[in-house]
Amino acid sequence: MRQDHLITATQLSRDDIEAVLDRAREVAADPEAYADRHAGTMLALCFFEPSTRTRMSFDSAAKRLGIDTIDMGDVDSSSVSKGESLADTVRVIEGYADSIVLRHPSEGAATLAAEFVDVPVINAGDGAGQHPSQTLLDLHTIRENHGLDDLTVGIMGDLKYGRTVHSLATALTNFDARQHFISPESLRLPRSVRFDLHETGAQVREHDDLEAVLPELDVLYVTRIQKERFPDENEYHRVAGEYRIDADTLEAAPDDLTVMHPLPRVDEIAPDVDDTDHARYFEQAHNGIPVRMALLDTLLENAEADEGMEVDR
Amino acid sequence: MSDHELRVSKIRDGTVIDHVEGGQALNVLAILGIDGSEGLGVSVGMNVPSDRLGRKDLVKVEGRELSQSEVDVLSLIAPEATINIVREFEVVEKNRVTRPDRVAGVLSCPNRNCITNADEPVETRFEVVADGVRCDYCSTVLRSDIADHIDV
Repeated sequence: MRQDHLITATQLSRDDIEAVLDRAREVAADPEAYADRHAGTMLALCFFEPSTRTRMSFDSAAKRLGIDTIDMGDVDSSSVSKGESLADTVRVIEGYADSIVLRHPSEGAATLAAEFVDVPVINAGDGAGQHPSQTLLDLHTIRENHGLDDLTVGIMGDLKYGRTVHSLATALTNFDARQHFISPESLRLPRSVRFDLHETGAQVREHDDLEAVLPELDVLYVTRIQKERFPDENEYHRVAGEYRIDADTLEAAPDDLTVMHPLPRVDEIAPDVDDTDHARYFEQAHNGIPVRMALLDTLLENAEADEGMEVDR
Repeated sequence: MSDHELRVSKIRDGTVIDHVEGGQALNVLAILGIDGSEGLGVSVGMNVPSDRLGRKDLVKVEGRELSQSEVDVLSLIAPEATINIVREFEVVEKNRVTRPDRVAGVLSCPNRNCITNADEPVETRFEVVADGVRCDYCSTVLRSDIADHIDV
């Protein structure tokens, strides 16, 4: 991968993705070989929105590469609450760290941050925009279970605001994958994502319910439907109930169906699915470590190569 | 086409924007930030007969020449437009608008949650795509309602 930052899934070619996933495989096979690879460097964790797993996953991945981490802490206790712009915040933090992981409630925040700093920026979620490092671990999970070609993927739940969905759908267009989008009418894919899918010639197949497509699927990617997306609580309960799966639902699924979820789940996947062979969401979450290690390793290596080139000049 | 048919008088110095798609003249004025309060002499022709477009609008502005960023945005709502610069009643320059690859600092992003709407020190930037424009930051696609988001 010859990239300076990871901002959106649209920037990733098939080669870029496979290079990171190949490295993630190597990391998983021999983590010791990567243990001190980036000792003496610093990663800044800048989470302007609450996060537990993504923050911890990056923290853990960094430390396993010998990278030290500094954490901005909660927004309430930082200078952001005093009204500092994001552009200023990242320019200050650039002086403290060799790379930045950024989560922010506004779409486009990571794009903006990358314009103001020279160190690698990783988008760990920008509003309802993108979450490309999640996509890399999602693809790693799919690849290890099914490979990435001749694949039929169903993506279900909140497709409108779900940033993991936006990144995954875009990234899958690099592969021979048929995608089915299952959601209530009000939570279908946004225009910006449809635009990217149409640009690549991908077909958008949309469904109101899972039943018809379930027997065809290799992968079912479930996302949470959030209460705050509905004006009325009864409407939320009615809709959310229709997109909930349990072990009975999966009776109709192929034996080798992989069920994934970016987590946290609330009740869209019933606990009885955990005991089936379909459940892969905890494995998926654990894959965050080797994949984020591979990603950090790649971006830091690219940044070092850029620095080398500047010295040569 | 004679002046009589156009029902619009000649101007001495300024800009004539001709071959604007019928119905878009008021949006052209919006792009130019002209609402009459600045005291410029403005003539508007709407839905006048045109060989090329069937019906067209045209806008004449006395004492004002267009900037490149204005012409860029104009091209999005009036791709067939011609820009005539008039001095001493003569057309001294006649240009067709061309669609740029990007427009910067002219449109505001309609996505209220876009980082460009959050008091950051950046200009908005939109990629010009087949049937509209697309925010470089949040990827929001803006189509028919471009004129509503002009911010010059």
